[in-house]
Amino acid sequence: MQVHNFEKVWLGAAILLIVGFIATISYGTVGAGISMVDDSGGQISAEAVQNGNTGTAFDDPGVVQESEDNVVVYVVAQQFQFRPGSGDTPIRVPVDTRVTFKVTSADVVHGFAVTETNINTMVIPGQVAEVTAVFDETGTYGLVCHEYCGAAHHTMGGSVEVVPQDQYEPQEVSN
Amino acid sequence: MVFVDEYPKTSKLIRSQFIVSFVALALGALFGIVQALHRTGTLRIISSADYYTILTGHGVLLALVFTTFFIAGLFAWAVSNSLERELPQRVSWSAFWLMLFGTVLAAVAIIGGLIGAPSILGHDLKADVLFTFYAPMKAHPAFYVGAALIIVGSWLAGYAYFKSLWNWRSENPDERIPLKTFMVVTTMLMWYISTIGVAVEVVALLIPWSLGLISSVDPLLTRTLFWYFGHPVVYFWLMPAYLVWYTILPKLAGGRLFSDPLARVVFVLFLLLSTPVGFHHQYVDPGIPEGFKFIAMTNTMFLLLPSLLTAFTVVASLEHGARQNGGKGYFSWLRNLPWGEPAFAGCALAGLMFAAGGFSGMINAGMNINYLIHNTLWVPGHFHLTVGTAFALTAMAISYWLVPQITGKKLQRRSLAVVQPYVWFIGMALMSNAMHRAGLAGIPRRTAEPMYSEFSFEGVAGTVGEMRLQIAIGGTLLFVGAALFLVVMAETWLAHRGGRLQVNSVFPDPLSGPEHSPRILDNYKLWTAIALVLIVIAYGPPLAAMLADGIAVPGSPPIPV
Repeated sequence: MQVHNFEKVWLGAAILLIVGFIATISYGTVGAGISMVDDSGGQISAEAVQNGNTGTAFDDPGVVQESEDNVVVYVVAQQFQFRPGSGDTPIRVPVDTRVTFKVTSADVVHGFAVTETNINTMVIPGQVAEVTAVFDETGTYGLVCHEYCGAAHHTMGGSVEVVPQDQYEPQEVSN
Repeated sequence: MVFVDEYPKTSKLIRSQFIVSFVALALGALFGIVQALHRTGTLRIISSADYYTILTGHGVLLALVFTTFFIAGLFAWAVSNSLERELPQRVSWSAFWLMLFGTVLAAVAIIGGLIGAPSILGHDLKADVLFTFYAPMKAHPAFYVGAALIIVGSWLAGYAYFKSLWNWRSENPDERIPLKTFMVVTTMLMWYISTIGVAVEVVALLIPWSLGLISSVDPLLTRTLFWYFGHPVVYFWLMPAYLVWYTILPKLAGGRLFSDPLARVVFVLFLLLSTPVGFHHQYVDPGIPEGFKFIAMTNTMFLLLPSLLTAFTVVASLEHGARQNGGKGYFSWLRNLPWGEPAFAGCALAGLMFAAGGFSGMINAGMNINYLIHNTLWVPGHFHLTVGTAFALTAMAISYWLVPQITGKKLQRRSLAVVQPYVWFIGMALMSNAMHRAGLAGIPRRTAEPMYSEFSFEGVAGTVGEMRLQIAIGGTLLFVGAALFLVVMAETWLAHRGGRLQVNSVFPDPLSGPEHSPRILDNYKLWTAIALVLIVIAYGPPLAAMLADGIAVPGSPPIPV
């Protein structure tokens, strides 16, 4: 097969570019510690989430101080709200603290994205999505469902309030 | 001799496929402008709840119907032209009617949503499930049956190409497969392999579930099966555009294809690498271990290779053409290309925009960079450059060249045809750059009202208001571009036969011909086998894990709550 010299140079450069991309991303994972959403959250019965009888914190979702330096936020997404998060129950977490979001769905597939951050995950019935973040600035962040979930999908928003550590207290939401 | 006189039966087939394709384009474009104006708050003629029905129609009509019918027509021409024979008629027409019937079923189900979702056969007639129709959002069974028939029809259409190739082979046992047929067959092999996923999803899970025969399905499993098909399908759109760029565009530029062997290598690479990449749409899905996402990411990145090789070969061919026309210098040869020729200008502009789309695609494929833009407006910004320009503009442009040959009629309204690709290009430049930037600001895709009561978005470069304006203007220009194309096509179709067509199907030989390519490239069995092995590596373990606990576990709950 006849391959022109220019073609060979181009082919080499193309492969170098691709390997470079893979290396950058691998560095992000290993060096910078950006881990992917994966199966660490485990599975859950979506029907039990719907009925509030899972026997887990999802039955009474909210912010839980699980250890001294780890705050866990349990969120149930359902047509068309986040519990907590939407309306008059914003998610309230402390600044400069490791926050783990555990999100699951009571009905269809939803999205869970916090604006201006890397927090972005799908919420799939039967699965628990787990993402960890540290907010280093106080303020209000937007919370968006970005996966179409029904006729009123566009009303499914909310907010995350990051407050100074001394103003923070765990919250629970009752249905 | 004109194609229609040489192959009248195949010409009639292509004309029928193109008509359906263009009707889908007209409706899809109409739905598109309704959305662009609604979402940007410019003009609101539908309710925000109906927005999703319109969006489903836009996605299905353009991404599935317009593309599949156009590709069927283009491939019928490519095989017939390069093997010098009529396509087998009975199987081709059966495929056409099956696809059309499926289209009508799906369209009726979608439109039902706009007329109050009447109950038909015990189910609400609606299908506002978007183009990505995974559970547990549920559509009327007619939608799923329709989608299945379109795909089965496309399989049958492919059988006609294989049959032509076998017949040709028995008469020409020692010749190399002509390049156009080689590309069609490689694309169809890729399509067969990749549509298995959606066929299983629709036939085994969604149809029985929507009919109420099974009470629940595993949402993650249906997503995975959908995306198994959902990324390769974009190569099913892209490879026909590449076929045009490799085989017709160099000739339109006044030159010859630079390298036939490399074109074959590119298509084989697509066959091998296209399918095991679907997990990159599921980077942020829970329930899938990180390792599988990493394998898909590596594979996706290597899929850049055939496109980068294409960039070289196609640009080299164009440069050769421009230099034949007297082009000089490092870059000034670009001026010697026929920019006033609608077929050439459309394909070249489509290729240029595809380069930009390719770069934003690399961001999507970048596993952890993807966090920033997943499901934001960046994503439709990206695929309007690829499907919406690389494919759609190429399809429209090459119609200016192809339709005269399959109708025997001279292209009418040439002046409109000359400006049309530029209108599309400018409209897409405005809409797509604004969508990309809005995505960086976190504005989500697929929403009728991107404004929330709890907070507001802040623009990253430029304001949100300015992006909105660009999307509205760009969307309007795109609608005008589609309308211009349809006017030219309608008048050409209705014109009388006769006169000089100004186009022909005679192809100059490539600078480096098929005799330089190793024979192993024609070994489809080998490539198909390797492709399947790669798929088993990428999909075997995760699918086995999802199925191990039962096909419907964890299941979908009853909806609504």
